[in-house]
Amino acid sequence: MFFQKDIETMPRKQLEELQLERLKWTVDYCYKNVPFYTKKLDEAGVTADKIKSLEDIRYIPPTTKADLRDNYPFGLFAKPMKEIVRIHASSGTTGKPTVVGYTKHDLDIWSDCMARICTAAGATSDDIVQISFGYGMFTGALGLHYGLEKIGATVIPNSSGNTEKALMYMRDFGTTALVATPSYALYMCETAKSLEYPMSDYKLKLGLFGSEGCTPEMRTQIENGWGLFATDNYGMSELMGPGVSGECRERNGLHFNEDFFLPEIVDSETLEAKPEGEYGELLVTTLTKEGIPLLRYRTRDITKLTYEPCKCGRTHARMEKVQGRSDDMLKIRGVNIFPSQIESVLISIDQVSPHYQLVVRREGFADTLEVQVELVDSSLLDSYGKIQQLQKDIGRKIQTVLGIQCKISIVEHGTIERFVGKAKRVVDLRKENK
Amino acid sequence: MTPVKQISVFVENKHGKLSSVARYLADGGVSIRAMCMADTTDFGIFRLLVSDYEKAEKVLKAAGITCSVTEVLVVEIEDTPGAFADAMAVLADNHISLEYAYAFLTPTIGKAYIIIRVEDNIGAAKILTDNGIKIVSQEEIV
Repeated sequence: MFFQKDIETMPRKQLEELQLERLKWTVDYCYKNVPFYTKKLDEAGVTADKIKSLEDIRYIPPTTKADLRDNYPFGLFAKPMKEIVRIHASSGTTGKPTVVGYTKHDLDIWSDCMARICTAAGATSDDIVQISFGYGMFTGALGLHYGLEKIGATVIPNSSGNTEKALMYMRDFGTTALVATPSYALYMCETAKSLEYPMSDYKLKLGLFGSEGCTPEMRTQIENGWGLFATDNYGMSELMGPGVSGECRERNGLHFNEDFFLPEIVDSETLEAKPEGEYGELLVTTLTKEGIPLLRYRTRDITKLTYEPCKCGRTHARMEKVQGRSDDMLKIRGVNIFPSQIESVLISIDQVSPHYQLVVRREGFADTLEVQVELVDSSLLDSYGKIQQLQKDIGRKIQTVLGIQCKISIVEHGTIERFVGKAKRVVDLRKENK
Repeated sequence: MTPVKQISVFVENKHGKLSSVARYLADGGVSIRAMCMADTTDFGIFRLLVSDYEKAEKVLKAAGITCSVTEVLVVEIEDTPGAFADAMAVLADNHISLEYAYAFLTPTIGKAYIIIRVEDNIGAAKILTDNGIKIVSQEEIV
């Protein structure tokens, strides 16, 4: 199923011509309307005329999250507030929030992007969709909301929190699709199973998950628990919100909405372009955005791209699931570690819950990693030996994947925090010890 | 001659943990008949015989505590020198291994009770009773 088939299956040559034309427009538009870019492009000696091919994008200096913060709140807006019709902001957990503004045209394109992704995932006007992202300044909920309304689905703007009530709506309204973070979808499933209603009271058949990473193992667990088909979508508020890319039913990569967003994969240290199929940091240039256009925005997400057309017929580039964030990456004793690697190990072990916490410490001159997991299999309480064996097994499996030893702590069920929004799995105590 | 139900509770080695488990039981009106808790590093298993194991399991699970019910044998012996050695000899002679054991005494009655966990409860119970050693039933510890 397609929402805009002609664009989604556009031959690549034609798509690239469209991208080049829009890239030139964006460079010119940024130069003329955003003083930050006027200065930046002048310093780099780049004008729209210098962009003769898509590869010439490399002459443009990248934009970072810090640039958005430094220009808080509206410094990077390219339109006067009179034309801005919506404001969103990131959570700002690590400082001032990053603020973004949308024109009417931006919102229209956003809902088109979301409508394409929801349709590709299998949502139709027959679906009753419950949105369990938090509404508010976060882009997730409203992004999905408008896209789903555009395809004619019935939207339940349930928001996050109060899980038991959300489950009541699910049962009583016959909800067929769920929008949530993967970890919240899993938590909802845990809660549903603990209630007195049978799982057959729930009619979910599609999951539209995003806002945080989801390992294949976690996905399987969500699918088995709910009996649904899970899809991932990707985006970030700086670029627009969700709707940058998403999976079709083939689930062989996330289709980029390439007519609106130009992706690049670069080495996160040198910023040199990586060949197709190699992992690197994703940089994205907006191609039509009016409110806050961004040139080569550093997403910090590590992934890879393929330009092979998908079996579904779509020709737009596909990105692999995000492997981790270049700034989430933990460096422990010189080894690069992504929390997602540990998650894939834990989720394959039935005796513990999929919720976990990583604690990094510096003891003397060495970094140590502690992995805290919750025991759920009470049959192991028969003997210490069984629990110690479990600890050893987890430790060995993690060591195989990461290449370093870590301490496994078994903690009581329910003691690791559950997250409704993005899960925060890492506690790095090394900075405090300094 | 039936095995007795034992509650096993997972407890982290944290300040006040045992007290909170015991408090949940007390609030549920559950009386502790015997217990065992060995020293550990990060976590321990708190094992209990209680007056009402179903109730105990219910209140602990409601409090979100990981626990399970397992079957153990409660062996009654005389509180005299040699009685324990004799009982253990019966098990050893029949090649029955203990996974763990703990005990409680009732000096006023002159009896000692050993709680043992073995692989085959029914088999072990039969061997012990065949050798004149009494196995205590669930009803007797209420």
